[in-house]
Amino acid sequence: MSKALFLGDEAVAQAALDAGLSGVYAYPGTPSTEITEFIQNSKQGKAGEVHSIWAGNEKTAMESAIGMSYAGKRAMVCMKHVGLNVAADPFMNSSITGANGGLVVVVADDPSMHSSQDEQDSRYYAKFALIPCFEPSNQQEAYDITYYAFEMSEKFRTPVVIRLTTRLSHSRSGVERKAERPQNPLKPETDPKQFILLPANARKHYRKLLDKQADFENDSLNSPFNQYIDGADKSMGIIASGIAFNYLMENFEGGKCPYPVLKISQYPLPTKLIAKMVDECGKVLIAEEGYPFIEEQVRGVLNRTGNIMGRLSGELPRDGELNPNLVAKALGMPDTYGAPVPELVVPRPPALCVGCPHIDSYTALNKAMEKYGKGKVFSDIGCYTLGALPPYNAIYTTVDMGASITMAKGAADAGMRPCVAVIGDSTFTHSGMTSLLDCIYENTPVTVLILDNSTTGMTGGQDSHALGVLGEICKGLGVKEEHIHRINPLKGHLEENVAIIEKEIEYEGVSVIIPTRECIQTLSRRMKKQQAAKK
Amino acid sequence: MKIDIILAGVGGQGILSIATIVGAAAIKRGMYMKQAEVHGMSQRGGDPLGKADMIISVEPMESLRYLPWLKKDGWLITNDQPFVNIPNYPDFDALKAELAKVQNCVAINADQIAKDLGSARSSNMVILGAASPYLQLPFEEIENAVRENFARKGEEVVNVNLACLKAGRELAEKK
Ligand SMILES: Cc1ncc(C[n+]2csc(CCOP(=O)(O)OP(=O)(O)O)c2C)c(N)n1
Ligand code: SF4
Repeated sequence: MSKALFLGDEAVAQAALDAGLSGVYAYPGTPSTEITEFIQNSKQGKAGEVHSIWAGNEKTAMESAIGMSYAGKRAMVCMKHVGLNVAADPFMNSSITGANGGLVVVVADDPSMHSSQDEQDSRYYAKFALIPCFEPSNQQEAYDITYYAFEMSEKFRTPVVIRLTTRLSHSRSGVERKAERPQNPLKPETDPKQFILLPANARKHYRKLLDKQADFENDSLNSPFNQYIDGADKSMGIIASGIAFNYLMENFEGGKCPYPVLKISQYPLPTKLIAKMVDECGKVLIAEEGYPFIEEQVRGVLNRTGNIMGRLSGELPRDGELNPNLVAKALGMPDTYGAPVPELVVPRPPALCVGCPHIDSYTALNKAMEKYGKGKVFSDIGCYTLGALPPYNAIYTTVDMGASITMAKGAADAGMRPCVAVIGDSTFTHSGMTSLLDCIYENTPVTVLILDNSTTGMTGGQDSHALGVLGEICKGLGVKEEHIHRINPLKGHLEENVAIIEKEIEYEGVSVIIPTRECIQTLSRRMKKQQAAKK
Repeated sequence: MKIDIILAGVGGQGILSIATIVGAAAIKRGMYMKQAEVHGMSQRGGDPLGKADMIISVEPMESLRYLPWLKKDGWLITNDQPFVNIPNYPDFDALKAELAKVQNCVAINADQIAKDLGSARSSNMVILGAASPYLQLPFEEIENAVRENFARKGEEVVNVNLACLKAGRELAEKK
């Protein structure tokens, strides 16, 4: 079969389709978004043969996938690393229930935090849940691993994690596909106890999971994705995992490294191969993208394994992404660099688009907040987070999705006045609704601005779950009708918008203001499509 | 043979089309392809410094941002027309002076050429044309990839893009 150029994300998606996927469940998040979008745009996705509609958040996505696995079909969940925090409860417990149909959890980590709040390493989650984890080193392997992950999941009846990182997700290379496998037939779980995690059942399942650990490690040991590549120069050995293996090999013309190399793309760690390397080589360099996950385990608390080098010893930086130059330096090879960036080159920081509705919302909010001084506006994650930058300087917090409303609540409970929350429409349905309910339950004096731009702008314009019904949702949750306002964020409406915000800020209770105007980007895409359809 | 190319520009300027076309032409030649993209807010990384053979850029300041990746005798091919969307964009003349300092630099007014040929949006193809003599790909192969890339937009679009490609190439060959 001829090779097709695929992003790492697309390779995962294509492999899942070829492996007989029945449903992908996901909430968008960089750098994982393209996986689900690829499936949505595939023949099977468009025909509705494979479920691919976005989920409300990562927890609902994970639970739906567990349900599909329960029914006997192959399911995949995709998210960015922080999404796994949201999905952690069903994720951890799915390792206890185990899988019926193949259940694969794809998590895309973002070391260097290109578009994230932290650079947490999802391999710890897989280890925490005691389940296998894969870390592809290139696009072909992303494909092969995903294809195999479903098989492994069914063979061992366990969910399986695939960990991607930004550079792999977002770079492209040729991928050769395997034969298409049909979807599983419907075959619901027959053991009535398997998915009932009553303590008596869960204890048994947990022991079974512990028993599987040896099988998992054995699979790692014999995995084609883990390789001990011998080298003549035994003065040093190198353990390189995931994309770090690629960075290592970039430094050797023709891909021939003189030192023995242990390439790791499947966990739990194949301890026998690590022991072989430590015994055979005087010192060992460990190159891994993310936290020093392998390094910590090889060192152990006593740190008596010998001469181990890596992120903990300073040969490689403790934080941020690796690259071929950093690995070269750690190997003692000469660094390469071109000319420096000329001084006149200035950054182009991300900015709200010209004409973005959020600009008008912030203009109105800033005007209403003038008399209260700084530090009273709690915000959230989305395009509108750029309201933190000049010229707006409008918001003071961004922690995790949904936190704006609940942090405003906590501050209000502490006696702070006024407390205003600014949250996007998609973030509100992701995890702002329960926060609002907490405020309503106690009638906490908070004013919540839900910026309704009809879309999930930040991640490229996915549909918003509450399109057109945000007011009804707030009313249903219990916000008093007279304290729910839709406003039009446009220059011409500035004065009336400011007046409404000012009035609600003074109200000692829960109020919701919903500035409503479509994102300029989705609007222009929609217009173009309409025009094309007319032609 | 290995060739490392960095494509630079501001979102929406048509770098992705250049990437697709070069990629398609390379794969047709049976070359092994690896393409690193920069999505959203991420910066370049993952590629080795000082090893790229060429920077192809549709924006002058962006072309200079990637100098650390270019090898000493590498080529920089760029549009010299700035895309100004920040208040502190550098002085245009100073920018041109910086470009002139680069050992192997082809800086052209691709916007003007594309406009004269009747499609201001096709300046990316002028730049690709200007880079084409250095790509070690037969020109016909690149032309074919351009045809394929724009085929679904109709004959007219294909032709104007081919004309832009050719104009860019002729200009680079004269320099
Ligand atoms: C748990 C989690 N999931 C996903 C993301 C990625 N993400 C950040 S903001 C956002 C959605 C923003 O949409 P919305 O709230 O509608 O604001 P907009 O960008 O449209 O202004 C997403 C998906 C994240 N940061 N954290
Ligand atoms: S993408 Fe949409 S929501 Fe985001 S800044 Fe641009 S116009 Fe605003």
